[in-house]
Amino acid sequence: MSLSESFGARARRQLLGSIPVTVGLVILGALVAASALAQVLAPYNPKRATGGINEPPSLTHLFGTTGQGQDVLSQFLYGGQNTLWVAFSIAVLTTLLALIVALTAAYFRGWVDDVLTLVTNVFLVIPGLPLVVVLAAFLPPGPLTMIMVLTITGWAFGARLFRSQALSLREREFIAAAEDVGESRWRIVAIELLPNMGSVVAAYFVNQVIFAITAQASLEFLGLGDGGQITWGSMLFWAQNSSALIRGAWWTFVVPGMAIALTAFSLALINNAVDEIGNPRLRADRLLRKAGVRKPSATLMTPVKRDA
Amino acid sequence: MYYIAKRLAFYVLAAFVAITVNFFLPRLTPGDPASTIVATYSTSLNAESLAALKAAYGLTDEPLLQQYVTYLGNVLRGDFGRSLSNFPAPVMAVIGAGFGWSILLGLTSVLLSFVLGSVLGAVAAWRRGGWFDRLTPPVLLFLGSFPYFFLALLLFYVFCFKLGWFPMGNAYSSVNPPALNLSGIGDILLHLIAPAFTIVLVSLGPWTLNMRNAMIGVLSEDYLTLAEAKGLPPRRVLLSHAVRTALLPNITALGAAVGAVFSGQLLTEIVFTYPGLGYALMRAVSAVDYPLMQALFLIITLSVLAANFLVDTLYVLLDPRVRTGGEA
Repeated sequence: MSLSESFGARARRQLLGSIPVTVGLVILGALVAASALAQVLAPYNPKRATGGINEPPSLTHLFGTTGQGQDVLSQFLYGGQNTLWVAFSIAVLTTLLALIVALTAAYFRGWVDDVLTLVTNVFLVIPGLPLVVVLAAFLPPGPLTMIMVLTITGWAFGARLFRSQALSLREREFIAAAEDVGESRWRIVAIELLPNMGSVVAAYFVNQVIFAITAQASLEFLGLGDGGQITWGSMLFWAQNSSALIRGAWWTFVVPGMAIALTAFSLALINNAVDEIGNPRLRADRLLRKAGVRKPSATLMTPVKRDA
Repeated sequence: MYYIAKRLAFYVLAAFVAITVNFFLPRLTPGDPASTIVATYSTSLNAESLAALKAAYGLTDEPLLQQYVTYLGNVLRGDFGRSLSNFPAPVMAVIGAGFGWSILLGLTSVLLSFVLGSVLGAVAAWRRGGWFDRLTPPVLLFLGSFPYFFLALLLFYVFCFKLGWFPMGNAYSSVNPPALNLSGIGDILLHLIAPAFTIVLVSLGPWTLNMRNAMIGVLSEDYLTLAEAKGLPPRRVLLSHAVRTALLPNITALGAAVGAVFSGQLLTEIVFTYPGLGYALMRAVSAVDYPLMQALFLIITLSVLAANFLVDTLYVLLDPRVRTGGEA
């Protein structure tokens, strides 16, 4: 193999490593910025009928109009605002709740741990959507209900994840050292345990934003959101309700659907990279590639020749 | 056996929690939805059914504890009250019709995505760093980012509406379910393809990525080196040594996935107007039929718990460490 060829291959591989993160950040940044500037960017009032019914995309309505004659682009921008802040709040709250439960369990051990673990496992095994539907149906529709319901149902996996992480950290020597020095229990949890869980918590948080966006959209699609509020989920609900599919008005569901999918995808790309940094075995791949090994494989760790 | 008994006790407890939540929810939520429901329906129902409705929502003078005991008894007997939107049909009759279709769709798609995902993950890890390994994760991540119902809308639009390859909804062509002969089964399968394909596409990602990562871990174990050193053919090393061990975490995940896939399936059913539980749930929501909604929640939860228990039992058969009494 010629020198230039192997150099090209190496450069390409190194680039591929960072491309996903960059793509993720660019997509996410664009979506957040567009939603944040909705008041400036939106060409029309998103709630008013400003065009014909189900007009395909044109210069006056870049993303077309809905079955009610509203501008889809304006709805997409304002909908992003409403969708993203709710999703963000849910992610913050579930992460906090999960951390509190996990650290309390990991710290007290004994029966406190047993009870909290049992509660966590029960919440994990009860299927999310039906529970959320029942909860949301009994409460007045709106963003606060959405946040409350999805927080109650969304924290359990995080609690399990954080607890096992905290338990394995507790076995480390520096915790024993802190105990010997006589640090207080809560100081150990807050100063010694918590900072060391940073990468796990960050990855979980990103995942929770994805969960919140899709769960919120699912509920709204079912008709459990506040129908008067414009969100990506309610746009899909109205598209489905006005039989947009059978009328061929693909733009009314492709725009909000792609918005949700792209947000989730960009977050997943970022998360995958974070995961790889935190997981040495997955990272080994990249390090080997950087070192110029052409085809990293598991056999490199245990040198046995696979092919005769 | 001890392990299985312990799991069974856990699922019974979880079921108990779900039933209790279901009982207290309408009684404790602010604004007293129970009397609102009764008020909404008081014009359309006769005196007898109104009394039954009130009883179902605890608007009787009995103490709460007694109501709870009555409720538990009713649930155990499979009596979930009457549906408001299909009055006076009992809720169980409305649900029973959809249950079979949901199970068919759910089992088909979970099994397909599990098998397909595990195979893809194993191949990606075996040819680690190859084009397949580099291409698969991002593509699957992208597909997995779609909410179930959005991908369902897209596929419905393209394959059922534009191209007309698959029927536009329902689970069979005739008015009544077809007989289980060759053409009847073919008809059911044809209606099954599009919704099942949707669920498989969205849920494929985690299986593949988990399998890949588990395989990478397993491939560096010493016993695999030994297997290779013994001179076993690569195919044998892959299948009977590496895959068998790497599959275990995926099987554990199978239990957890059943619930998640079921949630996504409910939404997929709505888009394809597939007459399963999801479709019933949507009708319950839009008709504000609380008894139907609550019964659906319980039935779905209990099915998922049962599926989890099955997976746990399966795990015992596959992992000798659990069989000998160790912790899972």
